[in-house]
Amino acid sequence: MSKNRKFYIGGFIVSLFLAGVVSFYASSSPDGLEKVAEDIGFIETAKDHTYADGALADYGVKGIENERASVGVAGVIGVIGTAVVAGVFFKIIARKPEKTKR
Amino acid sequence: MHIPDGFIDVPTSAAFVGLSAIGVGAALKGARTQLDDKTAPLAGLTAVFIFAVQMLNFPVVAGTSGHLIGAALAAVLVGPWAATLALTVVLLMQAFLFADGGLTALGLSVFNMSIISVWVGYAVFLVIKKILPQNKSSVAIAASIAAAVSVPAAAFGFWIQYVIGATGTFSDSAVFTSMIGIHVLIGIGEAIITGLTVTAVLASRSDLVFGWKNNQKALEIKNV
Repeated sequence: MSKNRKFYIGGFIVSLFLAGVVSFYASSSPDGLEKVAEDIGFIETAKDHTYADGALADYGVKGIENERASVGVAGVIGVIGTAVVAGVFFKIIARKPEKTKR
Repeated sequence: MHIPDGFIDVPTSAAFVGLSAIGVGAALKGARTQLDDKTAPLAGLTAVFIFAVQMLNFPVVAGTSGHLIGAALAAVLVGPWAATLALTVVLLMQAFLFADGGLTALGLSVFNMSIISVWVGYAVFLVIKKILPQNKSSVAIAASIAAAVSVPAAAFGFWIQYVIGATGTFSDSAVFTSMIGIHVLIGIGEAIITGLTVTAVLASRSDLVFGWKNNQKALEIKNV
């Protein structure tokens, strides 16, 4: 395996592991903005998310009861989804049309 | 710091969609000239890694958590243009797939995290890197300091938006103090994660790292 491939596959596996396994252990306390909004009071102005009932809302898979599996599968889907979207997107961005002119 | 719908009124949110569109448009142009076949995959991996690490909320103070933004990290790894794009891709995935960050608030969040945080982080990185000796550990240290500053910078962006268009009627100064205070603390976590990640990438593939490569290029030019 080339050094290049090893690096990218390694980085992808680390990301899968973090989103798929470690994410279960993440703190469930409100984040900085949420906490400030609660303390000061403007949390009450928040509206429900358009996709609050979506299949992956709040990083859980609808229908998977086990919390560890639910967040883990959601994380894996997110990593693969981001890899596909970002991979294709940056490949298109990096395309150099000048080279094909010759 | 994903803003839910409702915090900021519609006109302000719409205005920031416009501002963010201009910023992302400029980033598209910049990234087009800067990215090539060799660096594009790292930009993709950076987005993937940031998505994953943003899921990992760490405790900050009692009852409060924080997570990586990744703006300074991305700017150092792939340059500020591609960093703006990578963060934007992550925010879009989170809003549309995971109901994280309101859809009408997307312009606000993109502005704070993909634009302000990236560019403030990158500016701080350049300044610190210039002061320190020219070696790999300096790049990691400069990236950490940039990360620490980039988080309250994004919080400051939110505060500006709050002052312009809050739907609530709570004191601007109280929001300022709380937002900056808590995000200075979250910035410490950001600095640690960014420093470790940049160190790891520099150790395995320093040739790909934007914030280090420029160094090498400068040296090559001097030697010619």
